[in-house]
Amino acid sequence: MSSAEPTRRDFLYIATASAGAVGAAAAVWPLIAQMNPDASTIAAGAPIEVDLGPIAEGQVIKVFWRGKPIYINHRTKKEIDEARSVNVASLPDPESDEKRVKAGHEQWQVLIGICTHLGCIPIAHQGDYNGYFCPCHGSQYDTSGRIRRGPAPLNLPLPPYEFVSNTKIRIG
Amino acid sequence: MSGQSTYKPQNAFLRWLERRLPIGGLIHSSFVVYPTPRNLNYWWTFGGILTFMLAVQIVTGIVLAMHYTPHVDYAFNSVQHFKRDVPYGWLLQPLHANGASLFFLAAYIHAFRGMYYGSYKEPREVLWILGVILLLLMIMTGFMGYVLPWGQMSFWAATVITNLFSAIPGVGESIVTWLWGGYAVGNPTLNRFYSLHYLLPFVIVGVVVLHVWALHVAGQNNPTGVEPQSDKDTVAFTPYATIKDSFGLAVFLILFAWFVFYIPDYLGHPDNYIPANPSVTPTHIVPEWYYLPFYAILRAIPSKLGGVIALGASIVILAFLPWLDTSRVRSGRYRPLYRMFFWIFVLVCIGLGYLGSKPPEGAYVIAARVFTAYYFIHFLIILPLLGVFETTKPVPSSISADVLKGKASAAAILLAFGLVTLLGTSSSSIAAEAETPPMNRWSFAGSFGKFDRAQLQRGFKVYREVCQTCHGIQLLSFRNLSEPGGPGFTPAQVAVVAAEYKYKEPNDQGDMVERNGRPADHFPPPMLRFPTGTPPDLSVIVRARGYDRGFPGFMIDMFTQYQEHGADYMVALLKGYENPPAGVQVPPGMMYNKYFPGHGIAMPPPLSDGRVPYTDGAPQTLDQYAKDVTAFLAWAADPHLEARKRLGMQVMVFLIVLSGLLYFTKKKVWRAVTGHA
Repeated sequence: MSSAEPTRRDFLYIATASAGAVGAAAAVWPLIAQMNPDASTIAAGAPIEVDLGPIAEGQVIKVFWRGKPIYINHRTKKEIDEARSVNVASLPDPESDEKRVKAGHEQWQVLIGICTHLGCIPIAHQGDYNGYFCPCHGSQYDTSGRIRRGPAPLNLPLPPYEFVSNTKIRIG
Repeated sequence: MSGQSTYKPQNAFLRWLERRLPIGGLIHSSFVVYPTPRNLNYWWTFGGILTFMLAVQIVTGIVLAMHYTPHVDYAFNSVQHFKRDVPYGWLLQPLHANGASLFFLAAYIHAFRGMYYGSYKEPREVLWILGVILLLLMIMTGFMGYVLPWGQMSFWAATVITNLFSAIPGVGESIVTWLWGGYAVGNPTLNRFYSLHYLLPFVIVGVVVLHVWALHVAGQNNPTGVEPQSDKDTVAFTPYATIKDSFGLAVFLILFAWFVFYIPDYLGHPDNYIPANPSVTPTHIVPEWYYLPFYAILRAIPSKLGGVIALGASIVILAFLPWLDTSRVRSGRYRPLYRMFFWIFVLVCIGLGYLGSKPPEGAYVIAARVFTAYYFIHFLIILPLLGVFETTKPVPSSISADVLKGKASAAAILLAFGLVTLLGTSSSSIAAEAETPPMNRWSFAGSFGKFDRAQLQRGFKVYREVCQTCHGIQLLSFRNLSEPGGPGFTPAQVAVVAAEYKYKEPNDQGDMVERNGRPADHFPPPMLRFPTGTPPDLSVIVRARGYDRGFPGFMIDMFTQYQEHGADYMVALLKGYENPPAGVQVPPGMMYNKYFPGHGIAMPPPLSDGRVPYTDGAPQTLDQYAKDVTAFLAWAADPHLEARKRLGMQVMVFLIVLSGLLYFTKKKVWRAVTGHA
């Protein structure tokens, strides 16, 4: 016999099947969740503080945060001027240099040193623009870390950071 | 499979696939319309349960393998890291460890069912032998898996079992060296056991396929031992057997969940929470409960080679069962004398398991020899003779005739039987060479146990002001102190605590500089160095200690969820310093302690009244300090206890509801066959 609405018998079957489905989903969830970053990885990715005092003008250092290389570049006045004198609209990824540094701290450039093409680490103070040059496929970045020439589509990204004092930043 | 397939898929894609790869038809004929005897009882649900447990072990094992490091210096800590830091790691590891026990429980019940009902008899000999091969593969897999955590028992089990092969005359020593990959159990051994432990379960899957194939060729046995003669004797596998297996599985999962969530260490040995130490052998080496009967047989024979041969023979002899049992009657239901000897055999196996857990001394040795002799006599003398001399009861003419006659007696102590086996062999075998510690009331004991935050904070203070000088706690990170389910410090307080510790690290130029600790850091090694031996790290000490609960204490513990052996032992130890009784001397430099095994302990009494100032008004007594620091260490050893018990309650409620639903569904489905409510 077939009826339009579920009978009492069907209700039992539906209830059992639903309970089974809920149980199966709940059982599968931990198997998927366990691949997420574990607590020690998350803890190791906590913000770090970097002392800017020892970095001379014109010097660039590399620190690691969350496994990524971060360039901290103490720019010279020449480098800042070169970055500011570009026609922003002509850039492949238009962005003004002012937006890529913190106000009052224009000499400090903090970038994630991963080429936006396929992930190699560009070399600092190299290339036609005196910025960064990626040896893998020839992408050229300027003194603001913006892509000028080459296959990379985007400017070098900025990590989250802030100045806790004039000579110290916290990354993360 | 004879005859035309009745599989005619409605769906066009399925028809297209069926013509090219008839997997739909195979599933349909093997697991949907497959004729199954209608009188199977719940002993027959264990095949399905075993398949499920094999899947559970493989899935949890693959997940564990994503996080485990198979190197002697990292293995133990990688398992702890998994349990502490990986999301749901605290659930997945006990699932795998206890899953192995439940897997063996189901396998033994499944095998005993086969023995009782004569499922090994013609034409199912190959099916039975494939089962024996599966048991052997499971034993090998379980052994290698147990070595991987690299605890004390892991290491010494590996040493003892690989050394078995040295009994082989001539080539024995070479074989052992080849197995080790070195001059002793070491890193090469661990690595190859990891590889093989990952491989063998897939070999098991292959043999299971053969096992099910062989089963389907002959068809299932059934409680009468009479083969199906017509359609009236069988029902379609789906939905009848499927729903019955599902119900059986749900009940089995309740037992599984009980172990995983409430007594995850019950079936294990505390010594495996001590990292492997090649220079110190545990006082009593014992395998997990499922190997204990074979272990007893091995030790019963006084000759080294004889013991090894007896061990091998005790498993291999099972393969000859179809020919050793000469009876023409298949099912034990109609063989009253055989039934008696069957149950005696079951008790002998349980007895052997119990003896395997006891030290090989005195009366235990004699009993083990008697039971071992009986084990072989059962197969080699009793079974052959029974078939010749036994008077059997009349066998029914058909399955349906038997069913119509009335409900057959339920052999029914379904899992209770398995439980007795499990209980009989799982007694903690820590030697009672010292006093039994008194039991304390712990806030974290029982199904609804929780840590007392204030107690954990006081305990942490005691650790820092007293124990820290000599004892590290390096598996713990500062950030754990502010995580839920623990002492409940704030992140700001944790940062302050962390900053009090100094760490040396190379800077950008490569020079070693000192920096303050951060919340993410682990606690550093202890400040003092001991030339004669490092005091144990305290991260898992509460799980690494225990005491013999004796009989019937250890059986009752399974129901009362008593898991606080280590904690009760620790409190007793910390309070147990006293003058030695008259005539008893401890070695020079040691103190007498009532509860320390051997009574001579190198640690001077660390606690006394007033030793640590408390700011919350708790009594500043030795008793209070002992309990507080032990509670703190119990949390350090099991930081996810509260989450585990909380989820456990939800899972148990869910499984009970699911079992109820499946029970009523099963009854409704079977109404078509039984013809009554």
